[in-house]
Amino acid sequence: MTEQPWQVHFKIYRQRSGQKPYIQTLTLAVDPDEYILDAIERIWANHDRTLTYRHACHHSTCGACGMRVNGCEKLACITTIRSVTQNGGNLRIDPLRNFPVVSDLVVDMGDFFLRMNKSGFDSVALSEAACLPYEKPKILMDQAEQVTERLVDCIECGLCISACPAANTDKEYVGPAVLASIQFMYAQNPSQELIDQADHHSGLWRCHSAYECTQVCPSGVDPAWRIMDMRKKVLTDRIKSIFRPRSQEKKNA
Amino acid sequence: MPNQPEANNWPRWFDPRSRSLGTFGFILNRVTALGLTLYLLMHLVALGQLAKGADAYDGFIALVKNPLFKLGELLVIAAGVIHGLNGIRIALNSFGIGVRRQRSTFIALMAVSVLVIAFFAYKMFSEG
Repeated sequence: MTEQPWQVHFKIYRQRSGQKPYIQTLTLAVDPDEYILDAIERIWANHDRTLTYRHACHHSTCGACGMRVNGCEKLACITTIRSVTQNGGNLRIDPLRNFPVVSDLVVDMGDFFLRMNKSGFDSVALSEAACLPYEKPKILMDQAEQVTERLVDCIECGLCISACPAANTDKEYVGPAVLASIQFMYAQNPSQELIDQADHHSGLWRCHSAYECTQVCPSGVDPAWRIMDMRKKVLTDRIKSIFRPRSQEKKNA
Repeated sequence: MPNQPEANNWPRWFDPRSRSLGTFGFILNRVTALGLTLYLLMHLVALGQLAKGADAYDGFIALVKNPLFKLGELLVIAAGVIHGLNGIRIALNSFGIGVRRQRSTFIALMAVSVLVIAFFAYKMFSEG
């Protein structure tokens, strides 16, 4: 630690299943450069063993510790206290929005994971395919001859769904992460099934271009770009179908 | 269950706390759309005065020459300009155009909106 500890007032959302939520307040001396997850773990270890939260890898790979920190979606394991508050300041911790609260900071992401599965999301892909088209790293250009694979960017943390205003009011909305996954899978292996998952009222067309998904994504997935790219594909196809001869259409069908 | 997506969560649409510039664009589009819809209704009611005869219509026209109504008219122009320009940005983005520059496009278009609104304000209030 390079400076004196900070006094930070934690205000944590607490809710047992089926009970009324309340805010638990406690003041903690913290190292400003420690991560929020470290402080939460200390609260659990030293102050309140009933606090529930999710965590696993502690290095932004598992996506388990997504929560709202002072109103903004963050991965608690990579967010330093210094970046979100100040000495003597408040730190409000809430569960992600748009997911049912199971307990305290733990939300039920079951439906989201099922939707990701339905899109055929594969967490490993060829390095070239795993990149966004506008950011092909130079190293890939240099090693064009080599075939390499890597983990894709989306860690299924759900931050984008929590931040999305459209997901706020529509239970049926497919959501930014899943739409991004559909675009990602479609780019590798186009299929009508993927189009059908995205091209409907609660899919691509529910997005209202607030771009919050891209803003909060801790992993550089850029779901908003992917949604717009998928829209472009669907719109282009629709426009082309207007000029396509009917005989061709029947043949395609 | 609380915290789930619900139709009655809509007031959150208008809460910009801890959100980015994109949400301001989202909010502006909703507020201006509601304002323009309200104006359309008022406009239809005003035109309905015609059916009551010339005197009723003239009386109504005299009323809307009030500076308060002028301010209302300026708000309608502002809503039209903001909603229209922001709508162009969103439509272009939906065709995959300028998605990565949507922030700077939004700032530029809102700057244009301010200039257009200032021009109309000057015209409307300086010429009596």
